[in-house]
Amino acid sequence: MSVATFSIDYHQYLKPDGTLAQALPTELSPEDLLALYRLMHLLRTFDNRAINLQRVGKLGTYPGTLGQEAIGVAIGYAMKKEDVLVPYYRDSGAQFQRGMPFHRILQYWGGDERGSDCDNAEDFPTCVPIASQSVIATGVATAIQYRKQERAVLTTIGEGGTSEGDFYEALNVAGAWNLPIVFVVNNNQWAISVSREQQTSTQTIAQKAIAGGFSGEQVDGNDVIAVYERIRVALEKARSGGGPTLIEAITYRLCDHTTADDANRYRPKAELEAAWLKEPLLRLRAYLNAHQAWDDIKEEQLLQECRQSVDKEVDTYLNVKPAPVTDIVDYMYARWPHNLKDQRDTLLQFGETHHE
Amino acid sequence: MSKITLLEAVTQALGYELAHDENVVLLGEDIGLNGGVFRATDGLQARFGANRVMDTPLAESMIAGLAIGMAAQGLKPVAEFQFMGFSYPALDNILNHAARLRNRTRGRLHCPAVFRAPYGGGIHAPEHHSESTEAIYAHIPGLQVVIPSSPARAYGLLLAAIRSSDPVLFLEPKRIYRLVKQEVPDNGEALPLEKAFVLREGSDITLISWGASLHETQQAADALAQEGISVEVIDIASIKPLDTETIIRSLNKTGRCVIVHEAAKSGGIGAEIAAQIAEKALLSLLAPIQRVTGYDATMPYFKLEYSYIPSVARIVHAAKLSLEFA
Ligand SMILES: Cc1ncc(C[n+]2csc(CCOP(=O)(O)OP(=O)(O)O)c2C)c(N)n1
Repeated sequence: MSVATFSIDYHQYLKPDGTLAQALPTELSPEDLLALYRLMHLLRTFDNRAINLQRVGKLGTYPGTLGQEAIGVAIGYAMKKEDVLVPYYRDSGAQFQRGMPFHRILQYWGGDERGSDCDNAEDFPTCVPIASQSVIATGVATAIQYRKQERAVLTTIGEGGTSEGDFYEALNVAGAWNLPIVFVVNNNQWAISVSREQQTSTQTIAQKAIAGGFSGEQVDGNDVIAVYERIRVALEKARSGGGPTLIEAITYRLCDHTTADDANRYRPKAELEAAWLKEPLLRLRAYLNAHQAWDDIKEEQLLQECRQSVDKEVDTYLNVKPAPVTDIVDYMYARWPHNLKDQRDTLLQFGETHHE
Repeated sequence: MSKITLLEAVTQALGYELAHDENVVLLGEDIGLNGGVFRATDGLQARFGANRVMDTPLAESMIAGLAIGMAAQGLKPVAEFQFMGFSYPALDNILNHAARLRNRTRGRLHCPAVFRAPYGGGIHAPEHHSESTEAIYAHIPGLQVVIPSSPARAYGLLLAAIRSSDPVLFLEPKRIYRLVKQEVPDNGEALPLEKAFVLREGSDITLISWGASLHETQQAADALAQEGISVEVIDIASIKPLDTETIIRSLNKTGRCVIVHEAAKSGGIGAEIAAQIAEKALLSLLAPIQRVTGYDATMPYFKLEYSYIPSVARIVHAAKLSLEFA
C-alpha cells in the first residue's frame, strides 16, 4: 500500500544549442530577452574583474559566478522591489540589480562593512554561515504574512547547503505555516570539493520540499528564461497566499569555489569541458542570433559597454575613503555602552596604527 | 630533519595517530581529496583511505553528532570544522552531549573525540572566518580547550588531545599556520595537556598569552628586554583547564602581568586568569593586572582587522603602565 506519491517537474525553454524546448513564456518580450542577455554579460564582466582584483591584492576572497549567471540574473529580474532578498554568498547577480551596485559588492569582499549597504533597505546582507539565511528568510516571510502584505521573500542556497539542519527546519516551517517564500537552490554540482553525488543520495534536491509539505521543481539553471519564468510564477504564488516553492536550478560552477580554492585538485577535467558547452550565455546568444536580434557587432558593442560600466564601478571602489577605526565599535549597539567607554578610548589611541 | 610549519605539524600528528591507532578516524568538510581548505589533512586520505578520512555532507551539527556517536563506540574521531565561525551549529551537540556523556552515564560512556578548527584573524579572510570565541567553549564544563602556538606544541598537543579520553576542542591559530618552521621529530611523543609553557624566563613582569597573539607578545617582550626589563612569557596553551600553578608561580616572582588575547575583552579567558591571580596571588601583585585584548565588538572585516588584533605597541604600553605603577 502506498500512502504518498510525488513527482518533480523539470522546466526548460532554451536547449543548450539555443533552440526552443517549448514556446517562450508570454511574459517575456524580445526586449526582456535582450535585457537578460545584457545583464548576464555585465555580471560575467564584473566577475572577471573581481577575480583579477583579488589576484593583484586589491580584493579579498571572492566567490565567482561563472557559469551560474542565469540564476542570479533571473532572481534580480523576477523580484519586485517590495519583495525581500535573503541571499547567500554567491548572489552578486541578484544583488547588483537590487540596489547593491558593484562597487559595494567589491567593498564587501574587500573587507569593508559598508559594502553591505543596499538601496533596497529591507534586503538582507550577504550570508556566509551556510543555511542560517534559510531560517531567517522564514522569519521575514512570517512578518509579511502577519501584516497581510502582498510581498514575497526569496532566499538562496547552494546544493551542499541543503544538507544543513537549518535548511530542513526552514522548509518545514515554510510548509507548516504556508509562508510567502521561494527557496532557490543553486545546484552547481560542487560544494567546494564535495560533489553532488557525495553530498546526498536524494534523486533531486527539489524533492526536499515534499518533506516540508509543498512543491519543489527543477529548472535548467543555465536557461535564464526558465529560471526567470519559474521564479516569477513562484513569487506570484507566494504573494497571493499560495505558499512556498522550492526551485532547484541545475547549473555548473565553471570557476573555482572561491579565489582561495583550486578546483583542479578535485574536479574532473572532462566534466568541466562538457559543462562549458551548456553554459547560459552561449545558448541565449545562439537563440538571439537565430532570430536576427543579435550579431557580432552588437556583441562587441555590448562587451565594451559592460567593460566601461564595470571600470567605473571598480574606480569608485578603489577610491573609497577608509572607514574610521571607531566604526569597529560605533555600530555594535544603538549607543556604545557607557561602561565600555575606556575600550573606545583605547581604540582611538591605538587603532589608527595598523601593525600588520 | 626538515623543519615544518604549525600546519604541517598538525598533518604530521594526524598521520602519526592514524598510522598507530586504527580507532582514529578523521571527518569533516573537504578534508579528503582536497586535504582541507588549509591542507591540514593533505595526503591523508590517499594514505589511509576514504573510510578513515571521511568527507562528510555539509552539516556541522551532524559532524559533531557523528563524532560523539563514534566516540561512544570506542572510536577516536577527529572532526574538523572548516572555520571556528561555522562550529556553532555543533554547539548543541558539544555542550549537551560531548561534554556531558561521561557524567550523565557515571562513566559508562565517554567521548574521546577531538574537534579541530582554525580560528582567529589576520589572514584577510571574509566575514565569520576570523573570530576568536574560545571563551564560549571554555565555559562548558566537561570540555577541554587547547590552543597550540608553535609547530612542536601543535604536534605534541594534538597527539595528547587525540589520546585523551575526554572531548577536546583543538583550536588552530591560522594566522601563524605558516609563520615559523621548526624541527618536529615524528616520534609520537605527546605533550602534557593541562599545562602552560614558560617560553621565556624573567623576573620583572609576566606576559601571558596563547595562540597567534603570542607572536606580538614575544615581540613586545623583545622590545622590553632591549630596555633592560626582564620579561617572563607564558603560553597558556590549555585554555581549559587552566594551569593556574604555572601562572601563580610566575606572578609570585614578578608581581606584574599583562594578559594578551585576540578575543573580545568582557568574559574572555583573560578575565578568568585575572580572577585566579586575584584569588591566589593577590598579595604578590605590585601593580593592577593589565589586559590587552580585542574590543567588545564583532571582529571587523579585514580592512580593519589589524586595528582590532592586539598590537606590539599596545602590549608594550600596558607593560609600562604596570612597571611604572609604584
Ligand atoms: C555553516 C557553514 N559551514 C561551512 C562553511 C564553509 N563553506 C563555505 S562554502 C562551502 C561549500 C558550499 O557549497 P554549496 O552549498 O553547494 O554552495 P556553492 O558554494 O557551491 O555555491 C563551505 C563548506 C560555511 N560558510 N558555513
